[in-house]
Amino acid sequence: MNGEPLVQKVVITNPQGFHMRPMAAFAQLASHFESSVKVCREGQSVNGKSILDLMLLAAAQGSELTLEVAGSDAQAALDALVQLLKMPTEDEPPQPTVA
Amino acid sequence: MRMSDFVVREAIVPDLPATNKEGVIRAMVESLRAAGQFRGADLEDIIRAILKREFLGSTGIGRGVAIPHTKHNSVERLVGTVAISQKGIAFDSLDGEPVHVFVLLISPQDRPGDHLRALENVSRSLRDDNFVRALRGATTREEIIALLDRAEH
Repeated sequence: MNGEPLVQKVVITNPQGFHMRPMAAFAQLASHFESSVKVCREGQSVNGKSILDLMLLAAAQGSELTLEVAGSDAQAALDALVQLLKMPTEDEPPQPTVA
Repeated sequence: MRMSDFVVREAIVPDLPATNKEGVIRAMVESLRAAGQFRGADLEDIIRAILKREFLGSTGIGRGVAIPHTKHNSVERLVGTVAISQKGIAFDSLDGEPVHVFVLLISPQDRPGDHLRALENVSRSLRDDNFVRALRGATTREEIIALLDRAEH
């Protein structure tokens, strides 16, 4: 198996932070992949496939998360998970840009 | 923040009479109202908001645990309560299993950080299988309070 994990940093932009609904979506998506998914914040590293683990991060808006993904489908998993983190949730539309 | 900072002791429900999701949420919010945590006039609106959130995706996170929650202007600080169902209640959980331990949270609109820290705290306590098992076996409010106090590190 691929030894070195793929690593990418993502900053949480959602005003509500990385809250429960995106956590559930993240854990479910991560579980679809064979690769291991670690999410790290300020020295704490948790299992990205467990919502109970993700709750430990308490990542407010502006927090930087580091994703570490290792395994046969690591690139696909990392791309999908990063995209999910950057997506606004349905009741939090992106802020309109001021002209 | 610790669980005992936001769990309103008088609002703990040791033996849920409810048989479905709405009944659970109604009993827990009603219990917080009876403990004087918000104006009675806000009761139905809070219940509706929590049910609406459940509709977007169940807060049943698996392992027999659910964390129904909402933001609402009726509270000035984050408040919560704990309820236990011995027989378990269908809650559309992520793992499809019935829920025995409920932690309900109501937080002010403008304090997302407090909500996230409360979730962190709930996770720290509920990740311990022995703790969840003990909670599930608790039959009185006093027993639940004692367990919550002991869980604080």
